Amino acid sequence: MGLLDVFRKRKPASANVAKERLMILVAQERATRGGPDYLPLLQRELLEVIRKYVNVDNEAVQVRVDKDGEQDVLELNVTLPDGD
Amino acid sequence: MAEIIVVTSGKGGVGKTTTSASIAMGLAERGKKVAVVDFDVGLRNLDLIMGCERRVVYDFVNVIQGECTLKQALIKDKRNEKLFVLAASQTRDKDALTPEGVEKVLDELRQDFDFVICDSPAGIERGAHLAMYFADRAVVVVNPEVSSVRDSDRVLGIMASKSRKAERGDGTIKEHLLITRYSPKRVADGDMMSIADIEEILGLPIIGVIPESELVLQSSNAGVPVILDNQAPAGQAYADAVARLLGEDRPMRFTEADKKGLLKRLFGS
Ligand SMILES: Nc1ncnc2c1ncn2[C@@H]1O[C@H](COP(=O)(O)OP(=O)(O)O)[C@@H](O)[C@H]1O
Ligand SMILES: [Mg+2]
Repeated sequence: MGLLDVFRKRKPASANVAKERLMILVAQERATRGGPDYLPLLQRELLEVIRKYVNVDNEAVQVRVDKDGEQDVLELNVTLPDGD
Repeated sequence: MAEIIVVTSGKGGVGKTTTSASIAMGLAERGKKVAVVDFDVGLRNLDLIMGCERRVVYDFVNVIQGECTLKQALIKDKRNEKLFVLAASQTRDKDALTPEGVEKVLDELRQDFDFVICDSPAGIERGAHLAMYFADRAVVVVNPEVSSVRDSDRVLGIMASKSRKAERGDGTIKEHLLITRYSPKRVADGDMMSIADIEEILGLPIIGVIPESELVLQSSNAGVPVILDNQAPAGQAYADAVARLLGEDRPMRFTEADKKGLLKRLFGS
């Protein structure tokens, strides 16, 4: 590598891209962990349905199963975009 | 009573067997009585890395099936008399490892040893699950690379819910992260995730950082765990990790890029 290479314009650091992607993915996978196997698919289909009506981003729909005493509760969280 | 430590990762080829061999040897060098067990049924390799492949007579599955005693199957290391290897079977029958069989062998090892190191196969199937199921502690081996980090998180999730401790409500497996094949220069260049990045994503304490090193391959070629090469940074980094496993406080080494890097870059090399 020579003098010129040092000053060559750099691409955005790919490590940062990797980290950001993993932060999102790991958070998603943790949220559905331990729940029924259909949760990820349910989440994806819900997202598609909601998108027919509102333009939401990929993380807008969160599904998880919580325990409430003896009962399993399916919790849905949909974040709508800021209205303007 | 031994402590059972599983060395696991999810993803294959990240350095589990290399790590198992060095941690086992390192603990033995520190005076502990250690058994290192290969759980990779069908793909026996630990024996090669330990350099005892020609002395394997009986294996893990032979013991489980009652074809020999545990004593007969344990191979005593030629360099350290406190270290013993239990080889994996080369059978293609993945069901040869039974939960009852593994439990019986581990219980017996627990009586005689200070540490039992379980070298897990890749994946999340039977062998990998059994390797972690009875563990007290886990060393999760991770490379600074997206798929390895993701798989590690998956393994951590399984460990948290599907270990014997978890099923019995008897506490949890104590988890540590070991980053290996780390290249400080590539981190400085922005091409590789840093220790802090991985720590933040996975949220676990780091027991060691092993640099990428050509000497690891040479050690494997010779059947000498790299920790015995005390000139090699990778060997020294493993020795630090072993000390931390034993509760000692050691600063991280070999994690900063070579300071001469910039000059070299300016004037070429
Ligand atoms: N720190 C390191 N530097 C360079 N190569 C390494 C390092 N650690 C492991 N390797 C290499 O990576 C490969 C896979 O290692 P291995 O321990 O067999 O992985 P696993 O048991 O997870 O499949 C081997 O060729 C090994 O020599
Ligand atoms: Mg291996």
